[in-house]
Amino acid sequence: MRTEPIIVKDEDLDVLLNMLFEKYGYDFTNYAKASLKRRVNRLMVIDRLPSFAELLYKIKGEPDYLPHVVEQITVNVTEMFRDPLTFKTIREKVLPILATHPFIRVWHAGCASGEEVYSMAILLEEAGLLHKSLLYATDLNPSVIENIQKGIFPLSQMKQFSENYILSGGKKQFSDYYTAKYDWAKFDDKLKTKMIAATHNLVSDRSFNEFQIIFCRNVLIYFDKVLQDKVLNLFDESLEKLGFLVLGAKENIRFSKMAKNYLPIGRNEKIWRKML
Amino acid sequence: MAQDAVKYKMIVMGGSAGSLDAILKIVPVLPVRSSTSFLIVIHRKNEPDSLLTELLSARTIMPVKEVEDKEPILPNHLYVAPPDYHLLMENQHWFSLDSSEKIHYSRPSIDVTFESVAETFGPACVGILLSGANADGAEGLKKIKGRKGLTVVQDPATADVQYMPQAAIDLFAVDKVLAPGAIAGLIGTLIG
Repeated sequence: MRTEPIIVKDEDLDVLLNMLFEKYGYDFTNYAKASLKRRVNRLMVIDRLPSFAELLYKIKGEPDYLPHVVEQITVNVTEMFRDPLTFKTIREKVLPILATHPFIRVWHAGCASGEEVYSMAILLEEAGLLHKSLLYATDLNPSVIENIQKGIFPLSQMKQFSENYILSGGKKQFSDYYTAKYDWAKFDDKLKTKMIAATHNLVSDRSFNEFQIIFCRNVLIYFDKVLQDKVLNLFDESLEKLGFLVLGAKENIRFSKMAKNYLPIGRNEKIWRKML
Repeated sequence: MAQDAVKYKMIVMGGSAGSLDAILKIVPVLPVRSSTSFLIVIHRKNEPDSLLTELLSARTIMPVKEVEDKEPILPNHLYVAPPDYHLLMENQHWFSLDSSEKIHYSRPSIDVTFESVAETFGPACVGILLSGANADGAEGLKKIKGRKGLTVVQDPATADVQYMPQAAIDLFAVDKVLAPGAIAGLIGTLIG
């Protein structure tokens, strides 16, 4: 695939963001601009829109087009057991601690199509903890939430997911967790019995529960520092004392005010424990 | 000369298969204590404890860093794009990361970073495309040229895998086609 020419200008982007906020309440104004511009560009190429004015007109005039826009300008790329060593650390160091709780509440914030929620459900199941867990999966895109409830993922990705699973310390046959049909893999219904999927916008929505562990991986990279700080505070409010926060491989809490109350777990993994 | 000394703020090198050889020839002779930032984007597997940063650190006294999200862009630093992310610039002061779809089967994609460098630094950047086995980087390098940056391609005759540099040469009139030793020398004259 070739990359597209740069069409979207800073001023254009501002106009679009203002409209999305004022007309539809979606606030992308504190998203990191470089990535957002690429997404808008990509949307215009995919939908063959000849000009930026055309895009604005379509969004304004066709409310049904909006979910597609939101889905395309946010990034929904994820995989199961992504960064397998992070999941290995969770298996070995975090789950034994969570096991001591009578009840385990997990939040996957910005979970996209839900591969990570299923990964965590598998870990909990293998540790004998799934029966006393609840996994909240939230994202701002309603359509990707639907996918979590289905538990169906492309079969073509199973080789990669299976390799990740083994590197994460998985001992079973990964294929035992799904049934293959045509080009799709449908995951065992047992895994989703403890999942609650809902839309939640990290920019505008409040904390809704207290959790022992929060995952938010490769979501903060799309935010500017102001918004990152705000969202990290939201997580801080939503995390029990001694709870865990798991971020993406190249994300860090060090710029945030809440960082002083957190200690890293392991040497290279992006897992922190709330100490205060 | 004094004017040249401040002209290039960002020098970015991209490569894939076979490019490490060239990079290891260029990095030890990069001018240090300059006001320029250096950036390397190469295709590699997403493996923990990547040795690349260590390998480069042993060859220059410049600080070498694998970029994390919102890393500041400082002069006299050698930055390496992390595996499994596209590397972008918010402006001349901040990097940002993006884990969207692969481009040319690659993340990081050289095209994505070159394009962002072109947008951000315009005439104040140099793009260098090295050995590699796919066409990633050619379009991005063309954008650097479009923004009046300087474009350099490793002479395919000196590349382990010619495909990547040749793709750029076939796509547009690159400014310079040089062997790795000569690329190192050129950087010295541009910012030394």
